[in-house]
Amino acid sequence: MGKLVYLKDVVTLELSSDACTGCGMCAIVCPRGVFEVSARKAAILDRDSCMECGACARNCAFGAIRVKTGVGCATAVLNSMLRRQNTSCCCTLDQYQTDSGSPSLSGKESR
Amino acid sequence: MSSALLLQDRLGTFRVRCGIGRMDYKVDPGLYAIGNPEPDSPVLLSANYKMSFDRLRESLPGRDAWILVLDTDGINVWCAAGKGTFGTEEVVGRVASSGLSRIVEHRRLIAPQLGAPGIAAHEVKRRSGFNVVYGPVEAGDLPRFLDSGCRAEPDMRIKKFGVSERLAVIPVELAHTIAPLLAILPVLFLLSGFGSAEGGFWEKLLRLGPVNAAGFLAAVFSGCIAAPALLPWLPGRAFALKGGIAGIVFALLYLFFRNVSGAQAATGPLETLAWLLIIPAVSAYLAMNFTGCSTFTSLSGVKKEMRWAVPMEAGAGIAGALIWIVSRFA
Repeated sequence: MGKLVYLKDVVTLELSSDACTGCGMCAIVCPRGVFEVSARKAAILDRDSCMECGACARNCAFGAIRVKTGVGCATAVLNSMLRRQNTSCCCTLDQYQTDSGSPSLSGKESR
Repeated sequence: MSSALLLQDRLGTFRVRCGIGRMDYKVDPGLYAIGNPEPDSPVLLSANYKMSFDRLRESLPGRDAWILVLDTDGINVWCAAGKGTFGTEEVVGRVASSGLSRIVEHRRLIAPQLGAPGIAAHEVKRRSGFNVVYGPVEAGDLPRFLDSGCRAEPDMRIKKFGVSERLAVIPVELAHTIAPLLAILPVLFLLSGFGSAEGGFWEKLLRLGPVNAAGFLAAVFSGCIAAPALLPWLPGRAFALKGGIAGIVFALLYLFFRNVSGAQAATGPLETLAWLLIIPAVSAYLAMNFTGCSTFTSLSGVKKEMRWAVPMEAGAGIAGALIWIVSRFA
């Protein structure tokens, strides 16, 4: 059985080859095997496997990676649409927004 | 601190897996010694969710190491990294407050790889002088990682989501359905007593109530247990689609047992239609919520899926419920 892959062509991951130094940090931190580094440059090998956790962007010392980070959790999306906080599920969307994400990702506005 | 888990630790794991007190299962943040660590022993980072801490220490039998527990408010490493509490700020602060630089001679922190969404290794280095080295995804691979001079094999860097892992998160999902079930099942029983079917109110309530409750429970089973367990084999990529397909199968099974087995009142065409709407809708909704438990869904993808799935689930669920009520009087 191959690895589980979610929807096609939806993720917001972007890599700037110009800024990349080929240090390989993105390939180390990615838990989904998205990146490959060869000839001193990183490349996106398997884009659809990306789950937008943001580990690569956070650990890129050269700012070569951009991704709108967030948690792929329907409950969190519902919680933020209904403006619920601290339910029995730890997930709300707003807490997950990070620097590398857009300022307004919360539920409705993104549509 | 011992690397061996006691019975009470294992009972604690079982308890929080069932969703009981899961948000308050913590250890105190700070520096812990496993075995008899020396100034040159490795320093491992962990979260103060007790299950995270337990998984780490049980992976280190017979070893000497320091564990620096960050304050993540009792949330596991990966979720806390997403929130930023397992993050650069907390690492730098905890290194300083624990006096780590006076306790160890080296300047290396081994962080769990799934902590990387919160920690910027280059910033930790700049602000604290400590190098962050990313260890394997699974604590169980730490002995191999440490023995090979902190080198991770490619397969240690990939987060997997096998059957056993999927099954382990099912009890928490089921626990989340208990409150809605406690509201819905009594209503189902009550409504079963009304209608044009033969018999008095109480007789029908007791005869048809369990049958109708079974239909709803089939939907919960489909969305909360069958869909997660069979995730890779169900067709489609969207979780709601997978759950909806599982729900159709369970709806057909339910109707088959009711109509063909002859043990319970057979359904008319209207009630058949109602169950064919209700069970897939509920199953799709519950399976959609499993995206949060899974380890490979993106926020962009979940939002795209929800844009069509939520209206369909709500539409089919409400239509099914109305048709079901009408069918009782037809």
